Amino acid sequence: MSEAYFPVGPGLGPEENFLSLDDILMSQEKLPGRAESTLPRLAFALGQGAGAGSGDSIPEGSKLEIPLWLAKGLHDSKRRIISMELPKIYKEAWRTVFSADANVVDLHKMGPYYYGFGSQLLNFDNPENPEIAQTILQTFISRFRRIMDSSQNAYNEDTSALVARLDELERALFRAGQKGLNDFQCWEKGQASQITASSLVQNYGKRKFTDMDG
Amino acid sequence: RQALEEMRALYERNQADVSEAKSGRTDLIFLIRFRHCCLLRNQRCVVAYLYDRLLRIRALRWEYGSVLPNAIQFHMSAEEVEWFSRYKKSLATYMRSVGGEEGLDLTQDIKPPKSLYIEVRCLKDYGEFEIDDGTTVLLKKNSQHFLPRWKCEQLIRQGVLEHVLS
Repeated sequence: MSEAYFPVGPGLGPEENFLSLDDILMSQEKLPGRAESTLPRLAFALGQGAGAGSGDSIPEGSKLEIPLWLAKGLHDSKRRIISMELPKIYKEAWRTVFSADANVVDLHKMGPYYYGFGSQLLNFDNPENPEIAQTILQTFISRFRRIMDSSQNAYNEDTSALVARLDELERALFRAGQKGLNDFQCWEKGQASQITASSLVQNYGKRKFTDMDG
Repeated sequence: RQALEEMRALYERNQADVSEAKSGRTDLIFLIRFRHCCLLRNQRCVVAYLYDRLLRIRALRWEYGSVLPNAIQFHMSAEEVEWFSRYKKSLATYMRSVGGEEGLDLTQDIKPPKSLYIEVRCLKDYGEFEIDDGTTVLLKKNSQHFLPRWKCEQLIRQGVLEHVLS
């Protein structure tokens, strides 16, 4: 399956790919915001307030946590409805941490879509946009070297310790590096010309046995 | 992960129906907007899920050959089966038009070949197998044979035979 299956990849920069599953998962992440005007009858949908029922309205200025796709949809009408704030990882404090040393940060824990989400944030007008963009870029540059190094030199090892602190984009890069390394080793061993059963068949065979047994 | 996607898509599809039923009554501008966002979101999830399934089915054609095992066909919907047969047909038409009179089987020789005949060992019982010059070979488990490459390639990919390097 791995050889012939080409899934739709995530989008680049401020644009998302409509059909990309990675982008869909990424846009599910929540970000904080404030309601600019009263939002009648929205309480039930957003799960705010215990027992609010379907007749209440959210007063002006209350804080909300909404997923990215909703924020993008409700934002673009001259900001009458919602105003978005930056999640804390893109704020000033964390930006200084990143500029100090980006390698120590556990990006997976901070929301596994740091780069993608950050690129989407640039869609909302925000006075700090250039700095955010700059920070994301610098973080990537400083972490890249370590990713490339570790992906090219960890052959046949358990890599979970290495990838634990990477976010999704970095993990994809890591896997690409690993695949290149494995292919090269295969070629060196002379296995390049050996026809093998496709991995799909092997996985399928295993699953079929469990279906028959259970 | 794929299973989670499935569940989410189905759940959101139900939600879409509910939202659609309700949005006939709303007359507040931003609430309509909100519903619209939700509907778009559901649509996007469902479409992406279906598209991903199609991509995987396409990969199946390249890995498995023209006939899918029954268990896989059982999981595919009727439209997907039809899509698969149409894809097979266009692939076959294309292969016929490329390269000479008989056409070129693009699904062969995925890795560059080194020789015409290869040594194979049988992994499971398959039965009788006929080669071009008429001789039949009985494939039982662990029997080894020396066969022309293009005949065995399909079986090797399916896992019935195993390519042995000397």
